[in-house]
Amino acid sequence: MRRKWFYVALSALALSALVLAQGRYQIGTPLSEQEVQEWNIRPSILANGVGLPPGQGTVDEGAKVYATHCASCHGAAGEGGAFTRLVSEPFPITKEVDSVDFAIGNYWQYATTLFDYTRRAMPFATPGILSNDEVYAVVAYILYQNGVIDGSEPMNAQTLPKVQMPARALLELDPNTQKRFPWIKLP
Amino acid sequence: MNRRKLLQLLSKGAAAGAFVKLSGGLAQSKIPQGATDIMKVLGTTLREYGERSEFEKDVIRYISPNLRSRHTGADFSPLEKLDGVITPSSLHFERHHGGVPNVNPADYRLVIHGMVERPLMFTLQDLKRLPSVTRTYFIECAGNGQNGYRNPPDMTLTATRSRGLVSNSSWTGVPLSILLKEAGLKEGARWLIPEGQDAAAYTRSLPLEKALDDVLVAYAQNGEAIRPEQGYPVRLVVPGWEGSIQVKWLRRIQVTDTPVMSKDETSEYTDVMADGKIYAFTWVMDPESIITYPSGLQQISRGFHEIRGLAWSGHGRIRRVEISLDGGKTWKQASLEPAPDALSVVRFKYNWVWDGRETVIMSRAWDEKGNTQPTQEEFFAKWARNNRYHYNAIQAWRIGADGKVVNGDKTLAGAPARLGAVGRGGCGGES
Repeated sequence: MRRKWFYVALSALALSALVLAQGRYQIGTPLSEQEVQEWNIRPSILANGVGLPPGQGTVDEGAKVYATHCASCHGAAGEGGAFTRLVSEPFPITKEVDSVDFAIGNYWQYATTLFDYTRRAMPFATPGILSNDEVYAVVAYILYQNGVIDGSEPMNAQTLPKVQMPARALLELDPNTQKRFPWIKLP
Repeated sequence: MNRRKLLQLLSKGAAAGAFVKLSGGLAQSKIPQGATDIMKVLGTTLREYGERSEFEKDVIRYISPNLRSRHTGADFSPLEKLDGVITPSSLHFERHHGGVPNVNPADYRLVIHGMVERPLMFTLQDLKRLPSVTRTYFIECAGNGQNGYRNPPDMTLTATRSRGLVSNSSWTGVPLSILLKEAGLKEGARWLIPEGQDAAAYTRSLPLEKALDDVLVAYAQNGEAIRPEQGYPVRLVVPGWEGSIQVKWLRRIQVTDTPVMSKDETSEYTDVMADGKIYAFTWVMDPESIITYPSGLQQISRGFHEIRGLAWSGHGRIRRVEISLDGGKTWKQASLEPAPDALSVVRFKYNWVWDGRETVIMSRAWDEKGNTQPTQEEFFAKWARNNRYHYNAIQAWRIGADGKVVNGDKTLAGAPARLGAVGRGGCGGES
């Protein structure tokens, strides 16, 4: 009996030694890359374009997607309705522009954000229903409406990250944040 | 006393007092009849889940009538109706981007992946098995104080609508640093991209250093499971930083070498400055305070009052709170209770005898790093008038000779800001 307890104690000691040796608690289930992808149903699109899926869409195709899924909230041409205004002149805001008039052409700083957010969270009541092609298309349409692109080429994983947003020129890292995290650089 | 009880009393012939009260007679007792009647009947029985008194039903969050959807936007904690420093979980302010998901904890999983040695999936039980930490922290929406952008000032402002997008809770969870160590960080990892399980799949970028410092993956609030509207079953608590980075319904954390620049850290939650620049990653909440008594739309009488209020700072402990009783000319030190904790709300108190003359009262907080609150003029020297976030200027309350309390902020020079022009559908909670 005493011998049994000795072995129980010894194996417990061995286990805790193993846990401590690795500095880990060994809790949590490892996932394969395949399993991670199954979970990652709305992958993030980074500002450098990493994460953009295959597919593409044109301004004309986007106009149809917009009319079907977006116009009822954001206005027939993105001028705003019950919800946020999307379209402005392609000039960055000034401090005189009323914040209700902040829109994609004058305030958004990264074109990739538009793809990420549209695929992630829109349409508001039925997020996730648009195909990648439809998202590229509606992004092309909205950028065109804002005068940011001329619509001569479709939006896809190569063209979208190259689109320069006018308001990017105004964006800076908060100086207090920069002091605390000197390594941070805005994309 | 309700009508039925009154009739019962009358029929029993024991209602002399009640009758006098009913007819407004001269011999009215100073003793409320109900206070003694209640002792003649049995109270309610034991019950498995407690509810507050039926007489407290008007202590509710403020939801603006101007919202176009209650699936997005914010509501306010009723600050002037609360005491102490802990916000009751049911009155914690809300901010959602796609409604409150009804997450079944049996289906709950948190996945950490990206630049890690071992992508890992945690169940709720896994998270609860790991070493726990309990700390009291405030959470404040970056849009708190947004009504301060209105010019001329809103004369119907209350303490709730001035600063009610802050709440203070005891949070329990596992340090995020432990989970990251389990997964093992790869060389070059710098950022985390946490994602919510709501319809908006809300994401933000969080620098790894903060995550390794004090961020909690929390599953309990004030001793019970986190409320659904606060992120049930699991949320991030990022002490001292703006509420919008403290992702609720946390389902996924991607480890990267670059920030995502998501919609809610670019088109929203960026600050327009007075020089026209837009600042990104304005994470830390500067010091704030608000007098909750006497405050907007309350009424006081001459004589003794304990001025009460709340103060907090995202930089650390509150070191002192000062009160002005003369519109900011002179300042006196208030007492603090409890002993201030870092990144947590403290209550301040000041004994005052009101002489009945019109006056303007104010409070301003100082934190341990020496930061304090600006005046409105000082604030707008740095931030633009069309900015929407991080307003922490001193709130003034004007007490009229009739004892009525209203917003005491001054009208600013320059173009007026339209009512409802701020934060359309956003986190200011009003429009």
